[in-house]
Amino acid sequence: MEPDVARPMFDTDELVINMGPQHPATHGVLRVVLKLDGEKVVDADVVIGYLHRGVEKLSENRDWTQIVLLTDRLDYVASAAANLAYVETVEKLLSLEVPRRARYIRTILAELQRLASHLVWLGSHAMDIGAVTVFLYCLRERELILDLFEEYCGARLTYNSMRIGGLPQDLPPNWDKKVLQFCDIQLEKLVEYETLLTHNRIWLERTKGIGVISAADAIAVGLCGPPLRGSGVVRDVRKDEPYAAYAEMEFDVPVGTNGDTYDRYLVRLEEIRQSVRIIRQALGGLPEGPVMGKVPRLIKPPAGETYHANESPKGEIGYFIASDGKSTSPYRLRVRPPSFCNLQALPQLVRGHLVADVIALIGTIDIVLGEVDR
Amino acid sequence: MADTENTDPAGEKPAAVPSQAPAPKPPAKTPAAVAAAKVEKAPPPPPGPPDQAAPADVSVPDYIQALQAALPGAVTQVSYWVGDWTVIVATPRLLDVAHDLRDAAGAKFDYCSDVTAVDWPTRAGERFDVVYCLYSTSLRHRLRVKTRVADGDSVTSVSGVWAAANWLEREVWDMFGIRFAGHPDLRRILMPDEWQGHPQRKDYPLEGPGELILESPQEWLKLRQSFNEAEIE
Repeated sequence: MEPDVARPMFDTDELVINMGPQHPATHGVLRVVLKLDGEKVVDADVVIGYLHRGVEKLSENRDWTQIVLLTDRLDYVASAAANLAYVETVEKLLSLEVPRRARYIRTILAELQRLASHLVWLGSHAMDIGAVTVFLYCLRERELILDLFEEYCGARLTYNSMRIGGLPQDLPPNWDKKVLQFCDIQLEKLVEYETLLTHNRIWLERTKGIGVISAADAIAVGLCGPPLRGSGVVRDVRKDEPYAAYAEMEFDVPVGTNGDTYDRYLVRLEEIRQSVRIIRQALGGLPEGPVMGKVPRLIKPPAGETYHANESPKGEIGYFIASDGKSTSPYRLRVRPPSFCNLQALPQLVRGHLVADVIALIGTIDIVLGEVDR
Repeated sequence: MADTENTDPAGEKPAAVPSQAPAPKPPAKTPAAVAAAKVEKAPPPPPGPPDQAAPADVSVPDYIQALQAALPGAVTQVSYWVGDWTVIVATPRLLDVAHDLRDAAGAKFDYCSDVTAVDWPTRAGERFDVVYCLYSTSLRHRLRVKTRVADGDSVTSVSGVWAAANWLEREVWDMFGIRFAGHPDLRRILMPDEWQGHPQRKDYPLEGPGELILESPQEWLKLRQSFNEAEIE
């Protein structure tokens, strides 16, 4: 659809309306100030910060190990991914060797987390557009993942599931069998979601051609993760800068062609398949050995700075950490939040579309305000 | 605050006293005094990052050499640490460097991952490091660009080179108070628009300002309301 904002049929004034911060479809406390011409969006201004808790400032006053807890509360539907990115950055600063078994288990946890996050995304995105059934289906499978996480680390949402140098504990007995069982269920149920949505006429009309962004624009505006791949850019941190055990895994990076909401949907569904594939490989080749490396009792990385990126379910999550080599907390810790960088593209995406499409577009970029605002 | 209780030696004594009799409390410390006491205990932070030079057995990548050849004098230092390359750039040349890094055939840094800053208050001259994390989606390499800026000075905005830098620079302005010259929309982004101070600076207290709200809530409310009305109009 070609955006056509220039010619109003009647001589009307532009109308400014507020969407959010209390709005069920903004996934938290996002406020979007929309400038409308009739029902078409002329411009949008995104107002964020309602959930700002100063995680970066807090980190400068906490021990290195305590910060894992803070990272849980960034993207609270994918906290294991944030844990992993943080501990890997500190391990990079410390030049620590992580045991191979720990790297495999981390990969499994990260992929389970990706599944859980994508299921929440699919459910809420579909519900925003009007397909409420999908939400119930997705949460049903997500519940199984949360049970697996609960069995592993005792928590269902904020896992604190990684340690600097390894993992807090080894896998519980029979956990791997349950995960494999879950993988079968997930693939089976994925077909159900696809039956409900992929060829559904309403779904197609609401998502095809909505929020088109070209590959060049997507790169320039800093999109990352599935929205970037939906525009056809083959960019996945797991492939390009492998971490954990991804270098030893075989998986494909799905990309879209049109860069619209429908393609971003297809990319994420395919990612669910690829995640199951990675989990099965990692469980099949799970090496024996310890899950914790040789970590000094007092963690005090030498003075220096580094940036390390991971592929979280939302996109590239990175940590820039400066250590002064003297204190037991980071001198400066910066989170590169994928949701924040993706949200920046929202005004560009919504221009020329209808108000109802704004809801679909907030859904398609998959934001979690805990991470946007930090 | 849990922190101050734990570090305060007087805080542990009341446990031995019978619970009925409240232990005499030490005179209340002002937050500034507590902060000062903490600073005395902790070793002073270094005046700046080490910016380690590359060891002899690691060769400087081609794109840095090409950058140095294309813009002589722009790169003041090249640093290497745990596998990351960083170039430190003279602030007036930043925009040239950004254009060159994005467009040069061997560099092609088309993706701006992150823009952030680090505060080194004790460093003489330039207080802040502004850090740009760049990535090339076609050649798949990374580079960090750093530039130093004094408090009150501004850096040229690179949001014209990478649109992604727009919000990221706004956050740096919000958190550190570093101005970006030529930025299209330099407003606060995470903190409220009427906020005073820049929270990520090292001299900004962890517990926030607190003073205006506590001492004169009326004035604070007035400030807020006047702002909201202006916004609605």
